[in-house]
Amino acid sequence: MSSRERILGRVRRALADVPPDDTPYEEAVPRPYLRRHGDRDVAGTADLLAANLADYRAVVHRSDTAGLPGLIAHLLAQRGSASVLVPPGLDPAWLADTDTDITRVADRAESTPGELDRVDSVVTGCAVAIAETGTIVLDGSPDQGRRRITLIPDHHICVVRVPGQVVSSVPEALERLTPSRPLTWISGPSATSDIELDRVEGVHGPRTLEVVLAEDGDG
Amino acid sequence: MSTTYLGMPALPAPGDRAFPSFPQAAHAAVRDTTLRGNLRHATHTIRAKRAKAVAEVSDWAQLREAGRRIKDHTLRHLDRYLVQVEEAVTAAGGTVHWAANAAEANRIVADLVKATGEREVVKVKSMATQEIGLNEALQAEGIRAYETDLAELIVQLGKDRPSHILVPAIHRNRGEIRDIFRSEMSAWGRPAPEGLTDTPAELAEAARLHLREKFLRAKVGISGANFVVAETGTLVVVESEGNGRMCLTLPETLISVVGIEKIVPTWRDLEVFLQTLPRSSTAERMNPYTSMWTGTTDGDGPSTFHLVLLDNGRTDTLADQVGRQALRCIRCSACLNVCPVYERAGGHAYGSVYPGPIGAILSPQLRGTATDIDASLPYASSLCGACYEVCPVAIDIPEVLVHLRERVAEGGTATRGGNKVVLRPAKGHAAERAAMRAARWAFTHPGALAAGQRLASRTRRFHPRALPGPGRAWSAGRDLPAVPAEPFRDWWQRTRGGKDEAK
Ligand code: SF4
Repeated sequence: MSSRERILGRVRRALADVPPDDTPYEEAVPRPYLRRHGDRDVAGTADLLAANLADYRAVVHRSDTAGLPGLIAHLLAQRGSASVLVPPGLDPAWLADTDTDITRVADRAESTPGELDRVDSVVTGCAVAIAETGTIVLDGSPDQGRRRITLIPDHHICVVRVPGQVVSSVPEALERLTPSRPLTWISGPSATSDIELDRVEGVHGPRTLEVVLAEDGDG
Repeated sequence: MSTTYLGMPALPAPGDRAFPSFPQAAHAAVRDTTLRGNLRHATHTIRAKRAKAVAEVSDWAQLREAGRRIKDHTLRHLDRYLVQVEEAVTAAGGTVHWAANAAEANRIVADLVKATGEREVVKVKSMATQEIGLNEALQAEGIRAYETDLAELIVQLGKDRPSHILVPAIHRNRGEIRDIFRSEMSAWGRPAPEGLTDTPAELAEAARLHLREKFLRAKVGISGANFVVAETGTLVVVESEGNGRMCLTLPETLISVVGIEKIVPTWRDLEVFLQTLPRSSTAERMNPYTSMWTGTTDGDGPSTFHLVLLDNGRTDTLADQVGRQALRCIRCSACLNVCPVYERAGGHAYGSVYPGPIGAILSPQLRGTATDIDASLPYASSLCGACYEVCPVAIDIPEVLVHLRERVAEGGTATRGGNKVVLRPAKGHAAERAAMRAARWAFTHPGALAAGQRLASRTRRFHPRALPGPGRAWSAGRDLPAVPAEPFRDWWQRTRGGKDEAK
């Protein structure tokens, strides 16, 4: 007997005492919990997102679409970055004001982790942002690139379009996401509390996370 | 019948009769004042934070109930969902393996690693791989497994054992950690920086540097998973440091070892657990990183993905009408942090990778109650009920403890390795003495007992005689054994520690 058959057989025998139950799953689990906590307007939701991101030590900036290229240029210059990873589908306008001395590094399949480790910063968009938890979610779309480009560089600038990409809650975020895409949920820079439960920001992922809330009004 | 291995490298193997019973191991812990100080500080800190994080969501009770029902439903139809997971993961480009026990899982993983030609692997913290003793098994095959979670690294470098689910090195303070890094890192790779001090930020930086070279060259990653979604074949890993992301995305081959109870039926179910797990475990609104992947993705992440579905005593646990609820556990560790017995005894006394209240009900079910340690675990509690109150999937740990005590004392039927067996009563055997000592230990420690009784009176009303609603399916035809309504001390004296309860 294969282990597959053995395990499935054990499961069936283990459940021999349980009466048959054909309740459809939607009815088996009632969901009286909330879809979101509290009622906020668009501005209130963006404010909550900003506050929760900051609470977990992400650096939050706010801008309108017109000011975005200038702000990104400023953040990269202030960081002193010599190179920046650029996902293939990033809106070219976002880096239009960035100093041409800062090397643009393309997200290529051939790049080794060692090569990515020498890049200072990465700029991406996101798939959705969750106000209640201060979370941004990446789904590997062309404006976000492969998972590793937002993991190895030590400085991540992530642009969230407000209000189009902002939801209130975890249930609302899951509704928008596609499970078959590789997803990375990010809530602040990497952290550990493994030493006497003292929180230390910045272990293996980017130690600095800057989130730009770009208000464009068109969703 | 083979014994189920629950991972205990540095002491006699857990199935080994030489492993001390709970009270013997706990006595040593209580005498260690550093350990007690570390534990007290840690559990009290996180306890307060958790309460705050939970209070932030007004629908906590509904989320908890939904979590309970999702897990019960999955377990009720586990055969169907296992097959669905297999189909979905295979369709997404992964390969599914089935392991009935620890030895089989270890052999599958070792063979997969060897087939890549690699001699080292990077690992994300995973209870399942600790449970099966994977690192030791790989070592025996000449494969080096590097733990990459900071606490796991501390444990591995210190040739130590984990003592907490979430913070495995909770028993070490910063000075000890610095000493371990200074003396041991060089044998494993990049040495600790010169002049390393004991500030947590510096220690974390030392770990970052030490592990980075391993991540960047790793070809094989090994993980567990917090959840597996049956309808989509998606695996979910919840973490803080980014070592999980490193192991899950940089290697060419990814092997995930996952207990069969980790399944949830639908994508939507994550909306419950992604709210309850972070708040219960790290007391955060959301943990820093959560990774979700479905099979393989062209050009992004590992090109080869293996899922090893692990039984190792879980189906035996499923066969127990009262005990099966332990399989709902999402390993948040909230029950450890509120447990007065855990706080004093420390994690090592529980004799497996599952410490605290959940360990006290899980280990004797996964492994049986044949050894002193496993027979004594159901008695390693004052039945105060604090664990049940905080549990995000409402596992009635006191109820299962009473049930297991009954079985130790009175004997009865159980399922071991898929077969029904009749257990002899512990009466007159060494197991009985071990159990009695554990009970005496738990209730002669005044702090443990006082805290216990205070909470007990508050939780009584949460213990129904029969489960309401669809939960009835589980308890059809029988009443649940009542948790004693009288104070523990009186109950103990009247029933001689539960021995006379069933009469
Ligand atoms: S038993 Fe409940 S509280 Fe304890 S670790 Fe499991 S889910 Fe968390």
